[in-house]
Amino acid sequence: MKPLSLLLAALFVSGLAVAVEPREMLKDPALEARARAISKELRCVQCQNETIDESGAGIARDMRVLVRERLQVGDSNDQIFAYMVSRYGDYVRLRPRFMNSTLALWIGPFVILLLGGLVVARRLRKGDDVPDPLTPEERAIVASLTEHGEKTP
Amino acid sequence: MPGPGTSQAVPFVRRWPYLLPLVLILALGGVFTKRLVDVERGLDPSLIPTVLLNTPLPAFDLPPLPGRGQAMNSDELKGEVSLINVWGSWCIACLVEHPVLLEIAKSGDVPIHGIAWRDDPDRSLAWLAERGDPYAKIGQDPRSKAAIAFGVVLAPETFLIDKQGIIRYKQTGPITQEDWRTKIKPLIEQLKK
Repeated sequence: MKPLSLLLAALFVSGLAVAVEPREMLKDPALEARARAISKELRCVQCQNETIDESGAGIARDMRVLVRERLQVGDSNDQIFAYMVSRYGDYVRLRPRFMNSTLALWIGPFVILLLGGLVVARRLRKGDDVPDPLTPEERAIVASLTEHGEKTP
Repeated sequence: MPGPGTSQAVPFVRRWPYLLPLVLILALGGVFTKRLVDVERGLDPSLIPTVLLNTPLPAFDLPPLPGRGQAMNSDELKGEVSLINVWGSWCIACLVEHPVLLEIAKSGDVPIHGIAWRDDPDRSLAWLAERGDPYAKIGQDPRSKAAIAFGVVLAPETFLIDKQGIIRYKQTGPITQEDWRTKIKPLIEQLKK
């Protein structure tokens, strides 16, 4: 293979890589799948816009291990989320919960869409309106312009 | 002679929506300015607020550094006002903070306990041997058990606990002389009463 295509291939493979190390993984595939799903919902607190599943940061790794340890002792997904939130606040959840402080976040786009729709609807209705009839002055102007030209219908 | 268009000026009531973008831009500018001023005044919005303020310190039981005292147990820390400092020999900002911690330790105002976070115990010990040891107890936390329980993001972080073991203050980042003088020391005196 040419060096360039090798480089490109390496680029694709690196894009697929995740941070989870083989020795972190649980033997039970069902538990491991749950661990991966939970890890994708938790924010790496150090890197802020990565999940702990993707992040190579030390604290993210330790959080992944903690998630797996808790799964092994029988915690439910919600219990694990609740523990992390109790330590780091709602911030640690990548998908914000529906509550007062996130109301604007969840509903805002729909409100804006509704307002936009109202504006468009009003515009469209206006377009159907028959224009106001000409005032006598306007008729006079039209008459003076067309006097020597072609006749108006 | 006036043209046909000029006699038909659009009344203001129909033109005001054109001012909307200007109003929006000014409002946005206001929001941005407030943020800038906040950051300037030290209210950095990217700092994560701790949810642990005024809650009991989390339970932990950490092994000591080899050859240096006893294990560090959360229950044993209750009963007196103390500082719990999360640090590591890998942590650059901890170097900045270290002289301040040494001074606090020397003043005898409050014991400082250390959590050696994600560190090799030999390196922790070497670091302390070289720069001085301000800590009363030190517990090793190689797998972030205690650090996560404390909601730690980046070292150094320091927690002030009262006699009942309730977290009363959290410092994110190095404690400066000024932080100690203006915030932490007065709070300690108040908590000791």
